[in-house]
Amino acid sequence: MASPNDLQFQEFEEAAELLSADPGASTLSMSASIASSAAAGEEVKLDLSEDEDTQEESSELLGSQKPTASFLTFEYYQSFFDVDTVQVLDRVKGSVMPLPGRNFIKHYLRSNPDLYGPFWICATLVFSVAISGNLSTFLSERGNPDYHYRPQFHRVTIAAVVIFLYAWLVPIGLWSFLTWRQGAERQVGGYSFLETVCVYGYSLFIYIPTSVLWIIPSEWLHWTLVLVAMAISGSVLVLTFWPVVRDDTKLTAVATVGTIIVLHALLAVGCKMYFFQTAARLPVSEATNNYNASTTGVH
Amino acid sequence: MAAADESSRPFAGLSDVSISGDIPVEGDISVPVGPSRRDDEFSTLDEPVKETILRDLRAVGNKFIHVLYPKRSSALLRDWDLWGPLLLCVTLALLLQGGAAKGDDQSGPQFAEVFVIIWFGSIIITLNSKLLGGTISFFQSLCVLGYCIMPLTVAMATCRIVLLVPNSLVSFVVRLVVVTASFGWSTFASTAFLADSQPPNRKALVVYPVFLFYFVIAWMILTFTPTQ
Repeated sequence: MASPNDLQFQEFEEAAELLSADPGASTLSMSASIASSAAAGEEVKLDLSEDEDTQEESSELLGSQKPTASFLTFEYYQSFFDVDTVQVLDRVKGSVMPLPGRNFIKHYLRSNPDLYGPFWICATLVFSVAISGNLSTFLSERGNPDYHYRPQFHRVTIAAVVIFLYAWLVPIGLWSFLTWRQGAERQVGGYSFLETVCVYGYSLFIYIPTSVLWIIPSEWLHWTLVLVAMAISGSVLVLTFWPVVRDDTKLTAVATVGTIIVLHALLAVGCKMYFFQTAARLPVSEATNNYNASTTGVH
Repeated sequence: MAAADESSRPFAGLSDVSISGDIPVEGDISVPVGPSRRDDEFSTLDEPVKETILRDLRAVGNKFIHVLYPKRSSALLRDWDLWGPLLLCVTLALLLQGGAAKGDDQSGPQFAEVFVIIWFGSIIITLNSKLLGGTISFFQSLCVLGYCIMPLTVAMATCRIVLLVPNSLVSFVVRLVVVTASFGWSTFASTAFLADSQPPNRKALVVYPVFLFYFVIAWMILTFTPTQ
C-alpha cells in the first residue's frame, strides 16, 4: 500500500527540515538513540510497520522523548531506567567536573535521560545531610558535660521534604518557563522535562561529599566548602541552560540564569544553616543547657 | 434462537430413542492424579491447629537459617513469604523504642517511622530493580530484603544488652563493631540472593540502594540511646 511509503517520505522531509534548523546536535542524538535502542533491543523509532503510535513518534523523532508505550504500562517507566553502571558513573563524573565547552545534556545525556541518577542521588543526599548534621552537632558539643547525645531523627523527614521538593518543583517551573518562552517555532532547541530533572538531579551530587566534609566543626571550612560546591554545581546548571536562553532578550536571559543560581544557593546555604549548626547557634530548646558551652566550644 | 435450532438439529432424530438399562457401557476414564498436595489441602481441615501453625513457623525458621548461611540457594526465592519480614520489622521497631524522652522531637525514630522506612524502602528498592530490568518478582524481592534484616535485629538486641553496662566508650566501640559486622552480613546476604537476577552491566546500580537501605537501618541502631 502507499501509506507506509508516504509516512516514510513525510518523515524524511521533517527530518531534513529539522536538520537544517539545528545541524549540530540532532545527528548525534539520532545515531546515539538508534545505537542505544538497538543495544537495548527496543524497537527502533524508524520502524514504520508498527501501529498508529509511530505517527506521533516521528514528529518528535529528533526531540528527546523516548517512551514508545502507553504511560499505563510498566515498559513506559522502564525506558527511564535504561542506563548501565558505566553510564551513571560517567554522568556523575561530568557533574563534578564541568568544563566550559560541555553542555551536560548534550554531552552526557545524549537524549537518554534517566531517573535512576536523580532519584538515588537525592535519597543519598537526604541521608548524608541528616547523618552528617547529627555527627557535626555531636562533635561540636564534645566538651560540654551537659550535652546528651540525641539522634535527631526528625531531621531526616525535613531534609527529605526539602531536597525532593527542590529536585522536582524547580525543574518543573524552569521547564514550563523555558517552553513558554520558546513558543511553537523553536521546539528543537529546548530540553524535555526529563532532561531538566536529570540535570538538576546530577548537579546535586557534589553536595554529598560536601555534606560529609561538613562534619569537621570549623566555620570557615564550612563556608569555603559551600562556595566551592555552589560554584561547581551552579556552573553545571549555567552551562546547560545558557545556550537555551541566550537567544532570548537580554533581560530574560540574565533573569533566568540568575534565578537558577539564587535558588541553588538558597538550597546550599539553607541546608548548611539548619543542619550544621556549630555550638553557638543550637536550637532554643537546648540553648539554656549549652549556654556555657558556646564560649568554650567555639574555637 | 437460530443457533439453538441448528444445534438441536443433529440430535432431532434421537428425541424418541431410549436406552434400556441392560446395555453395558464400558470403558476407561482416567483422571491424571494431581500432586498429592491436593489431598493434603483437603485434609488440612482435620489436622490440629498446632500442626498448621508449626508448618508456617518451620518454613520461616528454615529461611532464617538460609540467611544465616547465605549460599546461592533458591529456597528463599521459591517459597517466599512475608511473615518473617513482618516479625523482624515489628521486633526491630519495638526494640528501637524506649529511646530519649517520648514527645521530644530530638529523639530517635518513632515506631511508625521505622515501619515506613523498612517497608517503603524495600518497595522502592524492589521497584528500582524491576525497572532496571531484573527478573525477580516483586514479592520475592520483598521477602529477601525483609529476611536479610535479621542480622541487624540480632545486633539491635545485642546493643540493648550492651547498653545496660554504663561504661560509655567501651560499650560504644563494642556496639560499633557489632553493628558494622551485621550491616556487612545483611548486605552480603541480600546481594547473594538478588544479584543473580540482574543483567551483569547493572549489578552495581541494584546493589547500591540495598547498601544505602541497610546503612540507614544500621545508623538507626547505632545511634539508639536509652533514656537517661
